[in-house]
Amino acid sequence: MNQVLLLARRSVVRTLRQPAMVVPSLVFPLMLLAINSSGLESTTRLPGFPTESYFQFALAIPFVQGALFSANSAGTNVASDIESGFLNRLSLTPLRRVALLMGQLTGILALGLVQALTFVGVGLVFGEGIEAGPGGAVVIVALSLTISLAFGCIGAFVALRSGNGEAVQGVFPLFFAALFLSSMAMPRDLIEVNWFQTVANWNPVSYMLEGIRSLVIEGWNGEAIALGFACAGGIALIALAAASSALRTRMVRT
Amino acid sequence: MPGPAIETQQLVREFKKGPRAVDGIDLRVEPGEVYGFLGPNGAGKSTTVHMLTTLLPPTAGRAWVAGHDVVEDGPAVRATIGAALQEAALDPFLTGREHMKLQTALHGMRGPDARARSETLLDRVGLTQAADRRVGGYSGGMKRRLDLALALVHRPRILFLDEPTTGLDVQSRSALWEEVQRLASARGVTVFLTTQYLEEADVLADRVGIIDRGRIVAEGTPEALKAEIGRPSVEAIPQDPSELQHMKDVLSRFGESVAGSVKGASVRLSGGDAQLAEVVRALDTESIEIQELQLHAPTLDDVFLAKTGRSLEGEADAEPEPEPESEPAAA
Amino acid sequence: MSVARAVAWRNIHNWFTNPALVMPSLLFPLFFFTAFAGGLSRVDSVPGFDFDAGYTTFVYGFVLLQAATFGGIFTGFSVARDFESGFARRLMLGATNRGGIVAGYWLSALIRAVFTITVITVVALIAGLEVHGNGIDVVGLYTLALLMNAFAVLFGTGVAMRLRTMQAGPAIQTPAFLLLFLAPVWVPYELLTGWVQAAASVNPVTLVLEAGRGFLVGDPTKVLPAFAVAGLLVALTTLWARGGLRSAEKVA
Repeated sequence: MNQVLLLARRSVVRTLRQPAMVVPSLVFPLMLLAINSSGLESTTRLPGFPTESYFQFALAIPFVQGALFSANSAGTNVASDIESGFLNRLSLTPLRRVALLMGQLTGILALGLVQALTFVGVGLVFGEGIEAGPGGAVVIVALSLTISLAFGCIGAFVALRSGNGEAVQGVFPLFFAALFLSSMAMPRDLIEVNWFQTVANWNPVSYMLEGIRSLVIEGWNGEAIALGFACAGGIALIALAAASSALRTRMVRT
Repeated sequence: MPGPAIETQQLVREFKKGPRAVDGIDLRVEPGEVYGFLGPNGAGKSTTVHMLTTLLPPTAGRAWVAGHDVVEDGPAVRATIGAALQEAALDPFLTGREHMKLQTALHGMRGPDARARSETLLDRVGLTQAADRRVGGYSGGMKRRLDLALALVHRPRILFLDEPTTGLDVQSRSALWEEVQRLASARGVTVFLTTQYLEEADVLADRVGIIDRGRIVAEGTPEALKAEIGRPSVEAIPQDPSELQHMKDVLSRFGESVAGSVKGASVRLSGGDAQLAEVVRALDTESIEIQELQLHAPTLDDVFLAKTGRSLEGEADAEPEPEPESEPAAA
Repeated sequence: MSVARAVAWRNIHNWFTNPALVMPSLLFPLFFFTAFAGGLSRVDSVPGFDFDAGYTTFVYGFVLLQAATFGGIFTGFSVARDFESGFARRLMLGATNRGGIVAGYWLSALIRAVFTITVITVVALIAGLEVHGNGIDVVGLYTLALLMNAFAVLFGTGVAMRLRTMQAGPAIQTPAFLLLFLAPVWVPYELLTGWVQAAASVNPVTLVLEAGRGFLVGDPTKVLPAFAVAGLLVALTTLWARGGLRSAEKVA
């Protein structure tokens, strides 16, 4: 546990000392939320739009965007440890492999928590509150952390498998594609373009967004919440297993 | 420590995509010894170090460090060794002191003991003043010194240094040499040092192993190895540059030509030091005026040349062959 | 000129031979286009949405500008990277005319923009882009885009030359991002509400965007103010970049 905390602390400190990593994960999602919620307010007049406030609709987006940026920063940090030889240094200590991965992921979760609390706070201050109440806010944070973990594990897997930062950067656009090709900007049933709607229906990111969104707009929608956790949790488990396997191969000490 | 500090038997490392990086190495390093592992880029030095420090499993053969098998007893090996590998392996966003704190904590040190150990080592390597600056702002020499301090945190009995002074300025190099000598003489630490610098091996090593293309081609004390070659070389520079070829022709009577200054001619004297007078007489007879005449004792490069037919210094200047990447072992 | 050509050649060569650099410049505008033309296509049913050529064309107008602007921004990142790696020092020491270095970065940004815009336009045409404007309108449209590209690269270069580190990334990206997005991005100006409408009303990029969309539908609007604004932005950032060069020269 001590080793996990040591490496988690290092993970957090490193990220905080890189403004180019921190700013995108907090500031850009909020900027986009502010701009888009005002810019797309008129779309709430479409028949069937689930809320009269685009801000309420869009509030779910920063949670996922923040998680994507965190995943990128986590993957980049792991890759740079491999490229610089720092992983070899850690390999020569009594550090257990599992502690290395857990430490990295704990760092992601710590930042994810700061992000989630920030976005919930912004939602409460600038929006119309969370329909599901304080309990709903807690569930939003939990779901947000699960999403952070899912993408963080993917970032760590790519870094451990490839051993270089460029590969991590190369995957980043794919994350964004996953976000864009979802019900990010419009409810799935209001997407006009058939192929887009099909992709959004199959895209697990849609369900992550809708899980958070349902708590903000509707209240307690068990199905939406369950699907959100299932998608985020499922990806987290698969990616964690893949990252562990990649770490075993990468940190091949006898 | 009873028995050798480091021992290998026909150690081999093969990579999937390339030749054998290490091709059957036998070596033995006694406790307290400074062992220099000398060879050009791509010879297999770093791969050997990676195997001995348990970062890479051997493909064949066996190795023991501090009496522990590197394959069967990895954790025990790691507990007794420190390593400063080819990359400085530092986090640019942490300070020197934070690195020490992390390293001491990972080795199970706590509280006052950890702090005292950190401060002692930072002071020893001359980084106390810079300890609270981020490593990203350190010079190359400072990074190497911090790297060494981190390797010493847990008081290892055996220290692996993989090309520790590559890229350093003369001052930093000397400072590192002093520290290595102090560790070996005052603390009895066994040092396994890889280098491509002849002078480094000459100055620091009690014994030298010369590796080329994955095999040890020579081993012994620097003096013994040079004595094996035995013959000095003479280098002469003519007063009149147009006499250079004439001078070369004259000198060629006394031994084979060797690399030297472009302005002069160098030969290895087949008859040893005693031939020097004859050389001078011959040049005088041919009316070749000498601007400069020097007698050079054999160097480790001469040893390498004798064993491999190539000059180590020529290899060092040439485009380096990349050592195969430390690929993970096949599952 | 030879300095500019040399700098431009090196940047273009690096860009085209390094997928990690090419892909973001191409992929992000394509994502935006696909996501919003596809995902937000229903927006043209919002009462008051008045744009004859359809939502795909409406979004294309913004994505074109965004691609051109961010192409310039990414070149600014390259400049920052060159300073951080020390390569810029080599350029500063070797160039007979250091102004040529800035010109070279601009030239490379221009060539990259032409390539990116071509790819995006082809994709948009396949996706249903309708251009109702004539040849002159099209020239006007792409000239505006390239002026925005010039503005962005000169701005980014000025910042990068002053800060000389990759940590300059957010300082380069954020103002450009705000200028682009505080404009009628997803809906016409008339359908904007709240503070974004207020911001868009004073944002010079709004003029450029509306003029661009006017060219697309063959109904040029606010052409002179748009070109005046774009020209002014380029002029101001040229001075900004020159100041950056002076700053960098002090430490070269």
